[in-house]
Amino acid sequence: MLTPAEHRAARLGGWFGIGLLAAAIGIPVAALLAGSTGAGFGVDPYLLRITRFTLLQAGLSTALSIALAIPLARALARHPALPGRSLLLRLFAIPLGLPPLVAALGLIVVWGRQGIVNAGLLRLGVDQPVSIYGLSGILMAHVFFNLPLATRLMLMGLERLPAEYWKNAAILGMTRANVFRLIEWPAIAQLAGGAAGLVFMLCVTSFTLVLVLGGGPAATTLEVAIYQALRFDFDPPRAVLLALVQIALTSAVLIALRVLKSPAEEAPQLGLSPARPDVAPGLPALADRVLILASALFVIAPLAATLVAGLRADLVRILTDALLWRAILTSLAVAAAAAATSTMLALLLVRARHSVAESQTAFAGRILSWLAGIAGSLVLLAPPVVMGAGWFLLLSGATRALALPLMIIVLINAMMALPFVIRVIEPAHRTAMSRNGRLCLSLGVTGINRLRRVDLPALARPLATAFAFAMALSLGDLGAVALFGGDRIVTLPWLLLQKMGSYRTADAAGIALILAVLCMGLMALSDRTGAGREAARP
Amino acid sequence: MRKPSLFFPLFTLIGTAGLVPLAAHADDRTLTVYTYESFIAEWGPGPKVKQAFEADCGCRLDWVGVADGVALLNRLKLEGDKAAAGVVLGLDTNLVTEAKATSLFAPHDIDTSAVSVPGGYADDVFVPYDYGHFAVVYDTQAIKTPPSSLKELVEGDPSQKIVIEDPRTSTPGLGLLLWVKAIYGDDSAAAWAMLRDRVLTVTPGWSEAYGLFTSGEAPMVLSYVTSPAYHMIAEDSDRYQAASFSEGQYLQIEVAGILKAAPEPDLARQFLAFMLTTGFQDTIATNNWMMPAAPTSEPLPEPFERLVKPTKDLLLPSDEVAAHRKAWVDEWQEAMSK
Amino acid sequence: MNASAIELRHVTHALGNAGVAFSFSRETGSVTAVLGPSGAGKSTLLNLIAGFLAPDQGQVFVNGRDVTALPPAGRGVSMVFQDNNLFAHLDIRTNIALGLDPALRLGRAENAVIEAAMERVGLAGFGRRKPGTLSGGERQRVALARAFARRKPLLLLDEPFDGLGPGLAAEMLSLMLEIRAEVGATVLMVTHEPAEARAAADRVLFVDRGRIAADAPLAGFFERSDIPALRHYLGSGAPD
Repeated sequence: MLTPAEHRAARLGGWFGIGLLAAAIGIPVAALLAGSTGAGFGVDPYLLRITRFTLLQAGLSTALSIALAIPLARALARHPALPGRSLLLRLFAIPLGLPPLVAALGLIVVWGRQGIVNAGLLRLGVDQPVSIYGLSGILMAHVFFNLPLATRLMLMGLERLPAEYWKNAAILGMTRANVFRLIEWPAIAQLAGGAAGLVFMLCVTSFTLVLVLGGGPAATTLEVAIYQALRFDFDPPRAVLLALVQIALTSAVLIALRVLKSPAEEAPQLGLSPARPDVAPGLPALADRVLILASALFVIAPLAATLVAGLRADLVRILTDALLWRAILTSLAVAAAAAATSTMLALLLVRARHSVAESQTAFAGRILSWLAGIAGSLVLLAPPVVMGAGWFLLLSGATRALALPLMIIVLINAMMALPFVIRVIEPAHRTAMSRNGRLCLSLGVTGINRLRRVDLPALARPLATAFAFAMALSLGDLGAVALFGGDRIVTLPWLLLQKMGSYRTADAAGIALILAVLCMGLMALSDRTGAGREAARP
Repeated sequence: MRKPSLFFPLFTLIGTAGLVPLAAHADDRTLTVYTYESFIAEWGPGPKVKQAFEADCGCRLDWVGVADGVALLNRLKLEGDKAAAGVVLGLDTNLVTEAKATSLFAPHDIDTSAVSVPGGYADDVFVPYDYGHFAVVYDTQAIKTPPSSLKELVEGDPSQKIVIEDPRTSTPGLGLLLWVKAIYGDDSAAAWAMLRDRVLTVTPGWSEAYGLFTSGEAPMVLSYVTSPAYHMIAEDSDRYQAASFSEGQYLQIEVAGILKAAPEPDLARQFLAFMLTTGFQDTIATNNWMMPAAPTSEPLPEPFERLVKPTKDLLLPSDEVAAHRKAWVDEWQEAMSK
Repeated sequence: MNASAIELRHVTHALGNAGVAFSFSRETGSVTAVLGPSGAGKSTLLNLIAGFLAPDQGQVFVNGRDVTALPPAGRGVSMVFQDNNLFAHLDIRTNIALGLDPALRLGRAENAVIEAAMERVGLAGFGRRKPGTLSGGERQRVALARAFARRKPLLLLDEPFDGLGPGLAAEMLSLMLEIRAEVGATVLMVTHEPAEARAAADRVLFVDRGRIAADAPLAGFFERSDIPALRHYLGSGAPD
């Protein structure tokens, strides 16, 4: 419940947010198109082939991630008191913050030709080793990145169900299968579509993983072609058109599958997961544990490989390097600024959608809501390399000044994090509104006071989660930084790739470890912030 | 976080404050040089070159780094005559034709008699500052008899894998493409089709490929003749060696040029001349891990003596590369995708 | 019948650094109001009986049978909570049907029972509607209908009519009592409304700090002055 003035403010804010996003994407694209007379665009067999492959690998990756996330989320929800569970959920946030190259090397330590799995198989007398190169490797890497994400999304959906459901299920004697069919699946199904859409978009735009693990140019995605068009071919119009093809195709697939709605990640209810009296000890419960253990191993093993490699590095020397601290400072600053921007943008969009949803509304309102909805998803598909190049073109005279490139990097990172942030904030915002809306009206707490005293405090926990998520994503990102480069903007992923690019593999491993620790720390911090608030509540 | 209303402003403030100390301030006479990032890394030649040149010219030298030579050219295309730089350092011979086509470069007008590179490169716009040969680098602990020719590499045991780079996205990848072209000519597609089974994977850049190689995933990688020197000097290890190919090694010559719109043309010319002196050339071998293109004050460190001496220097003319690169890359893609 | 409908024999359960210990029994067909300050352990008592919590020590008997090791579904218990008794995404019919067969294999006989149960609580014709379209009182009626259809010997109520308003709560209470009588169930009802206890119960269990502070007939209970915790609980303004 909002007052008329609050409605107006919410919608104005929404239009402002959409305008900002449109400008952030539109301006650089226009600059690229205006500034050159490119060779243009033809539909050639190459384009058809990579389009097919892009959709194939993204489709399979998504199907696998979701298919595995459902039983895993279910198993985790069924065992709220499992030792190490909250630690595992925190670890699940790390892959998002890792540069893909680091993750790829971690995966190779486990699954590569000389990896742990193949060494074990060899010892067991299996001489046909598991190959990580090719489509199977791409799928494995994508599952590594997206299974934790999809699992978290769906677990939150299950944990949002009231505790009485499980008590009733227990009293009524519902079997495991019936609980799944009648309670768990309906809750999961609501989220699976949105989660699948998110994972699909992430897989469509995957670049490094596809090339490193793909085995050869047969594994080429549209994103590679976009990069190629901007690099050796230097044909910006083609890059823009390829990007448009990518956006159009992906939206078409998502709309056809009706999965363009946002899945919601409620702030993790750490320690507040409802008890599950419907879960009886026995074989199925054991199977749950085995599944959780296997998934944990799958996700943790490559992380552990990264950790071990990092510990082997000369950490003392790395940590006493002034350049590293400069990189840490810059990375944290950029990430914090990007996360703040992203969270504020998300709040604007979420509030506008809430305002439209709450009242009978005219055509403009529906357009606003629809735009805010897709803005929260499709920005993932706008290739940072294209946006970066466009902005670069516009700012070319001004790149000597640091502030402008930094602002662009912050803006691009903020946009990449936006879909995640919205998914965290939107459901919590809805809950908070339905809980406090009438009360605020009746008490006359409105406008900025309401925002400060009621709405934002009520959202503290999801905001902290969203903030940490956005920071982690931004920490691991190289894309935007690489374009502006210069030895003046030194971020952690940039430094890492510099070390790797000059034979200093061990140093790079050490920096990867520092990145992982930072991500972990962010997640832990956001959990604690949230938990502190929870405890303070009467 | 007791006051959430302060949350965002605070973080934005911290964010901005963190960035302020990084801001640079300008000097009176300043030369800006565009180059690739690894050149100006802490451990690259950049810092030493800056020190030496600034001591000499009484001016300020500013580096601006981008990912690599290709990105360097793209940046120039994006900026056109608005580029703030006087000198561009780090294009290779494959990019020279395209670079000239932008008509952004001016003739250098300096004495290049000190230049000594294989094949005797001479150009009125670009001046070489270092060179290197591509090579297949192998792990002596995994391979006892490395391929002794490109032909042996192509036709050899497919279970002995090699990691290569993608010519669509990386310079060494393009180097191998041209290498195969130089040897096999019109039969390149067939050669690639045969080599394909030996290729473990094709990475977007050198870093990924070399990372896979040193982590033991593949016993061979496409890199440089000078790569083993790094391991010998920095790690005191002879484990990684370059294979000498009987047909010769493909050559990469890196060059620098002056921009027409250089704010201080004299300073730019002075830098190019300085580039061929020992103050610059001494830093190349053990910081850029390439071969100096002009005399150094002392002989190169001993491990450089033990590197492979190419039997022949292979280099396709820049014009030919520019004219056919797209078609050759398509051909590569076709052959490798089957 | 010489066995009690429900008996807790030296049941203890540790909760953090506090704990509960309960011992009592009830006759078949009795209605007991469970009263006590917030956090005293009233819900824990119901959870121990229903089987959501396992006792550290002691046993739970239903109709003379030791159910301590049985899962909730095997104990012969129906339960109505304050909220969320119905699965929001399933229609009213299905919500009641789950009480008969959790796998929803329904024959003619079961369907008749479901229709009768809906009619019994005055919601005939509501079968296809979703819980969200019902009022709070109507939703609790459905929960009672399910308990009615299940016909289990023990009915546990956890503040079921809280927040319905005095008029509606009284109405629901009498519906519950009618159903109880028809099913012949024994009722334990957690409430914080002395008025509800007065209207429905024949006995009172007063729980304080994890212990049963009083187990007494309803008649005259609220006038007793020998239980300090009760005086404190009722406050200075004792009920009229």
